[in-house]
Amino acid sequence: MKLTFSIQGGDFTHAGHPSSEVKKVLKQLDIDGKTIKNIVIALYEAEVNVVAHAWMGTVSVDIEENKITIWVTDEGPGIADIELAMQAGFSTASKEVREMGFGAGMGLPNMKKNTDELQIESEVGIGTKVKMVNYFS
Amino acid sequence: MSGLPNYHALKVDAAKCIGCTHCMKACPTEAIRVIDGLAVIDHERCVDCGQCHRSCPTRAFYVEQDDLAKIKAFKYRVILFPSIMIGQFPEKYNETQIYSGLKKVGFTHVFEVEQPIQLLIDSVNEYLRNEENPKPAISTYCPAVVRLIQGRYPSLSENLILRKAPHDLAAHFAIERLLLEGAQRDEIGLFYATPCIAKIASVKSPVGERESIVDGIVNMNHLYNEVMKVISEVEVEDNSVQRQNLSEEGILWSLTRGESRHFGSRSIAIDGIHNVVRFLERLENDQVKGVDFLELRACDQSCAGGILLTGNRFLTVEKLERRAKRYPSAKDISESTIRVNIEELKQKLVIDSISPKPLFIFGKDRVKAMDKMTRAQRIVCSLPGIDCGACGAPNCHALAEDMVNRKAKMSDCIFLQQMWEDEGKITAGKAHLNVQKKWGTDRFKADCNKRGRRNEGF
Repeated sequence: MKLTFSIQGGDFTHAGHPSSEVKKVLKQLDIDGKTIKNIVIALYEAEVNVVAHAWMGTVSVDIEENKITIWVTDEGPGIADIELAMQAGFSTASKEVREMGFGAGMGLPNMKKNTDELQIESEVGIGTKVKMVNYFS
Repeated sequence: MSGLPNYHALKVDAAKCIGCTHCMKACPTEAIRVIDGLAVIDHERCVDCGQCHRSCPTRAFYVEQDDLAKIKAFKYRVILFPSIMIGQFPEKYNETQIYSGLKKVGFTHVFEVEQPIQLLIDSVNEYLRNEENPKPAISTYCPAVVRLIQGRYPSLSENLILRKAPHDLAAHFAIERLLLEGAQRDEIGLFYATPCIAKIASVKSPVGERESIVDGIVNMNHLYNEVMKVISEVEVEDNSVQRQNLSEEGILWSLTRGESRHFGSRSIAIDGIHNVVRFLERLENDQVKGVDFLELRACDQSCAGGILLTGNRFLTVEKLERRAKRYPSAKDISESTIRVNIEELKQKLVIDSISPKPLFIFGKDRVKAMDKMTRAQRIVCSLPGIDCGACGAPNCHALAEDMVNRKAKMSDCIFLQQMWEDEGKITAGKAHLNVQKKWGTDRFKADCNKRGRRNEGF
């Protein structure tokens, strides 16, 4: 089954809506709690990245019998050096964003940690596309 | 009394219920549907929080309780009650008069449950010190919250603190004390006066225990009325010896922050079931960091806001806070006053485990479940999305889910019906009959004394 959501850049108040909705669906499907937690954490991090850095984005979710695939696509500044961004603690977040408690440089590493597959494509000045896959036990 | 599986004390009086949907909307687990014009509770989903009881304008919900006459069968008749009960009585009665009134009702021994509270504080602290137990640790004090977590947030069940509530502590304490006095176990009858429905269910079918040690339950407002009939207007003899183990901390325990003030370096107290729901959503998403201890209570102002109380919750809180100041700190009550074996009593506070009981699963077969959910999603697109409740489900999404689970029909939605009528798919007469079937003929009658009108519930 498929779900789609849109994210507004800069709107920290509503970050977390897609991950909460996806969580509800996964709970109804009786997916085990640990897997749900991983998915929710990874998606939330991805959402916050869009909110903190990009102008707007979309979340597309495809749930199949044995796995979930999530694409988070944004129109934004893009990531110049993905390898560098994957390092824990590396952050380009603005002072304002950090003051709100975000931007600690743990977003991408956390997404990596909580997904079975993670692919990131990015073009500077255009935007970023993240694909995350988690398999159900 | 053996533990009954899934016992619920809450019932709907068909003669009073008008199917007004207030309860259905207030329920935090979407456990209520209006069927044939009456509220019907799905007992699998119900967590006994009492929101329906609170929101009902016609007082159609009632609570089963045991007959007080049952106490006559015992030689030692113990009444256990939380301290908030003292806060219900008018100021002119002091606690000595209230204790004496309880004896006149027929009890031989009077025990407020929050004693000796230091045992529970120590026991919970022991639990919190164990690094293996997941953080934040969640108190199991409020049984409605425990059931809510098991059902709606099953993955958080492992965060629940495996310790019993004060009423269990006091029950064991009372038994031990009476045995010391020379009583036989089967001569002791324990009755618990409850401020809420959830405690009834938790006493009758305890979570994480095989059986309940309490012999009967009486609603606090009922007991209050019984005591008020016999309470003495004049000074009675001093019975303060019965409150030797009561402390400031114990009296405050059932109020908001009553627990959280003792535990963890970072603790949060939340009252009100819908506040608790919002917080648990965040916690489940792993968006709450660094908190050690959570006190979560279903009622606003915690037990002072229990639905079986007589007094105003804010006045009750104020009275208890004043009363607490007159009592010693729990730490200052010596073991010689407690008299029973403290280590043994502590052992009895431990619960083995609390298992998750997920409530919102769409069936075991994942492929079929996904198919159902996809269909429900498609149905939602055709529904008006205003959650009017005229279909008998709490919101459009719940109706769509009921439809794919064959518990509701497309024609239950009055908006769809209206459209079909306009499109000539059904006749106006048929549409009217459909609604009449759902809500009964009474809903269409003009009646200036209609029950459940605005303001009636206030």
